[in-house]
Amino acid sequence: MALHDLTAHETRDKIIAGELTAEAAARACLERITAVEEKLHAFVSVDAEGALRQAREVDAALARGEKPGPLAGIPIALKDNLCTAGTRTTCSSKILANYVPPYNATVVEQVLAAGAVPIGKTNLDEFAMGSSTENSAFGTTRNPWDLERVPGGSSGGSAAAVAAGEAILALGSDTGGSIRQPASFCGVVGLKPTYGRVSRYGLVAFASSLDQIGPIAKDVTDAALLLGVIAPHDPRDSTSAPEPVPDYVGQLDTDIRGRKIGLPKEFFIEGMDAEVEAAVRRAVNVLAGQGAEVVEVSLPHSRIDVKDGQLSAYAVAAYYVIATAEASSNLARYDGAHYGHRAADPGGMIEMFSESREEGFGAEVKRRILLGTYALSSGYYDAYYLKASKVRSLIKRDFDEAFLGVDAIASPVAPAAAFRVGEKTGDPLQMYMGDVFTISCNLAGIPGLSVPCGFTGGGLPIGLQLLGRPFDELGLLQLARAHERAADHHRRRPPL
Amino acid sequence: MTTMSYEIVIGLEAHAQLATQTKLFCGCSTRFGAPPNTQTCPVCVGHPGVLPVLNRTAFEYALKTALALDCRVNHHTALDRKNYYYPDLPKNYQISQNYNNVGVDGHLDIEVEGQTRRVRIHNVHLEEDAGKLLHPEDVQQSTLFDLSEEGRAALAGMTLVDLNRAGTPLAEIVTQPDLRSVEEARVYMETLVAILLYLGVSDCKMQEGSLRFEASISLRPVGCEQYGNRVEIKNLNSMKAVVHALEYEARRQAACLDHGERVARETRLWDDAGGRTVPMRSKEEAQDYRYFPEPDLVPVEIDEAWLERVRAAIPEMAAARRRRFVERLGMPDYDAGVLVADKALADYFEDCVRLGAEPKAASNWIMGTVMRELNDRDMTVADLRGRLSCERFCEAIRLVEDGTIAANTAKQVMAEAIATGSAPREIVESRGLRQISDSGDLEAIVLRVLTENPKAVADLREGRKQAQGFLMGQVMRATGGKANPKTVAGLIGKKLPEVP
Repeated sequence: MALHDLTAHETRDKIIAGELTAEAAARACLERITAVEEKLHAFVSVDAEGALRQAREVDAALARGEKPGPLAGIPIALKDNLCTAGTRTTCSSKILANYVPPYNATVVEQVLAAGAVPIGKTNLDEFAMGSSTENSAFGTTRNPWDLERVPGGSSGGSAAAVAAGEAILALGSDTGGSIRQPASFCGVVGLKPTYGRVSRYGLVAFASSLDQIGPIAKDVTDAALLLGVIAPHDPRDSTSAPEPVPDYVGQLDTDIRGRKIGLPKEFFIEGMDAEVEAAVRRAVNVLAGQGAEVVEVSLPHSRIDVKDGQLSAYAVAAYYVIATAEASSNLARYDGAHYGHRAADPGGMIEMFSESREEGFGAEVKRRILLGTYALSSGYYDAYYLKASKVRSLIKRDFDEAFLGVDAIASPVAPAAAFRVGEKTGDPLQMYMGDVFTISCNLAGIPGLSVPCGFTGGGLPIGLQLLGRPFDELGLLQLARAHERAADHHRRRPPL
Repeated sequence: MTTMSYEIVIGLEAHAQLATQTKLFCGCSTRFGAPPNTQTCPVCVGHPGVLPVLNRTAFEYALKTALALDCRVNHHTALDRKNYYYPDLPKNYQISQNYNNVGVDGHLDIEVEGQTRRVRIHNVHLEEDAGKLLHPEDVQQSTLFDLSEEGRAALAGMTLVDLNRAGTPLAEIVTQPDLRSVEEARVYMETLVAILLYLGVSDCKMQEGSLRFEASISLRPVGCEQYGNRVEIKNLNSMKAVVHALEYEARRQAACLDHGERVARETRLWDDAGGRTVPMRSKEEAQDYRYFPEPDLVPVEIDEAWLERVRAAIPEMAAARRRRFVERLGMPDYDAGVLVADKALADYFEDCVRLGAEPKAASNWIMGTVMRELNDRDMTVADLRGRLSCERFCEAIRLVEDGTIAANTAKQVMAEAIATGSAPREIVESRGLRQISDSGDLEAIVLRVLTENPKAVADLREGRKQAQGFLMGQVMRATGGKANPKTVAGLIGKKLPEVP
């Protein structure tokens, strides 16, 4: 097996055993990048020099006999909306094309302290707004399983990089499915932690009440390993919860007999891709085969309606009001005054604002700023923002009630496997509806995980989504690991 | 054209900088006067990805203010975003409060011309301050940053942004339109400042921008129920400016109405140098601030225990203290008013009384010699305590009471003590300022004065009282003011028969 095909825990074991140096691991990924990046375009920037320097430092520390960190020598890719001191952080937007943050995001400090080796910044839909990584000012990332298809989004670069072996691990962010859906499309594991589990300090905000950083990994153990590093409380984020951090890796392999898994009847909709539905039901049966109990649950306010082949859902509507409202305010700071793109020779202050933003933002970002601005406007606040907040409360209540009876909820991650590049770009609403299964999780603030559970006839990965109680990431990881033990989907590598 | 008589309706918004060491959402210093952008960090500069963390002390100061103004306190309060674009506002939204203010429906009683007027407080809320723009002329004249000739030339015509103030905690205190005259507005401001100083939540230094006002004013015919069109006035940098701007606006609006014109509903800027208000923007195109709950902060829950702790920490307010000075210490109301207007001074006074000073005597000395010296020397009460402690102040008074020095000498002693920090007794000794009460020492001097002033002696014999005063004065002059007046008066009577 090539070095770039190793998982993080395998890489770490070899490094600690002295069979492999951190530098060699970094070189393996950098070589893989050289080999496939032209086809994939998973990265906005690759810092080969910085990676090798950091890797050599890890090797030196190990040689001095220092205790290896949990991520010692692991090459990690960082979504380019995570601030890295001294390294460009673009959010795949022209407006931040040359922005160099003066500080590190908390998660970046955490992975560095754990011995990880940041290898580059990955592509995303501009400001994480999108589900395909097509909305990037720096080009579209391709799906390693089929270069004609999208990797999903918005963390498409991170998912593609891990699937292709350009990085061993990655961090993504998930506002409405942006970790889970690309993980599912690229055949890797993605975890969106409970809101407040991971510090958002240094994550360039899209929608503050929904955003959460999480791991993208080759297997469940790697996801657990990375989660353990980024879960500790951070006083710099007021919404970061001072919850104890369990030993995710140590408690991963466990007997799941008696675990109750709910299948929400509202999610198994007519018109769902048959291969996707079959794979998900098979995966649930695998868990049942290990002693888990499967029951039907109801999430009435996450209902999905299908009319004339068109989907509609309260959750999607509420999400696109709340997320865009917050985004319209969060993105106001990009005005050309302090940092980022400034229009050349603007006539005056107003022109500096409007021309810089006109030139700097892409079409989807502008659409969402407009939507959100409208939703917060005087006279519309009650009808849109407030109403959406109420829907959000109802959705959350549904989950609270469901979790009285079950330990986890299983569903597809997306209605279908990866779609073709350009297939949905002309129809934003159709693109938004692709998030029907992932969005409720963010609105409710609960953890959600995507684990590979099958392939389509055309060889595209399919993901199983598991949703859990607040701060029960461990329970989700244990179920996903139980499935992984009985399956080999995670061992398959894309034919690049 | 008839000239009607109008009633003035005024509302005031005060922005008081809360006296915390650090900013509202980060650890940067709030010290005034630092070189531009030296008290900033990624958070207050609004870099991508940063998050605010609430300064609990600032919140508590706002809470204390709300309680002192008898507001109803929301047990569940939260911060909101107020969205608008301006280059001094780095995030292009201000973290403020709109939906769940710290306090609402309070009131402040003010005394105007012997009447008590209740001014309703609409709300007290917490918010962050913006930065400051340095316009081309400010840039060129600024002494805050060091620039070479070329540097200055390169900045010609440029507007720069100083974010030192950005994120400074403010309490905004908003009245209902309850003030009915410029005088009421003035007294309201003074009373509010006294309260904020008593609470210790703000230093209220208007010249440093730590207290700012915005006023709204409208006129209506006397007896009319309906409010007239309201004009908001900004750029009021001193209480004097508020008073002058309101007086100007009242005249301007009255003239408008007298001419049958409509007063435009607008925001105007006070032009201090020109002594007039000028239009800024029309309310018709008012901004939509798109308030919504700040998702980066968690709501602040105020439980009873916290509320009680803050309530218990509220000191006696100026008005109550004034009443106590009058009722318990038997002070004239005027004196009590002067003393309580400055909390530090009133504290000094009370400490002196506690040490045994007779209240009326102590207040006379403080309101006279002490205040004059403080003004002349531009000293604070804290400076005063360093030079003339309450113990030494009492010592000085005792020196008068026991006849060691004359009252006039005491003025000199106190002034010198304040100037140098020396002890009053030492000053008396080293300068030889002891009063001469010994008849033996004075007899010769009195005799000489009587001999040298035969005209006055003659007048005195004829019963002209002024002559007695004149002669006393001459003796005082001859003794450098140190003669005990009682002794001198007795000696003049005794020696009168001895002169021709």
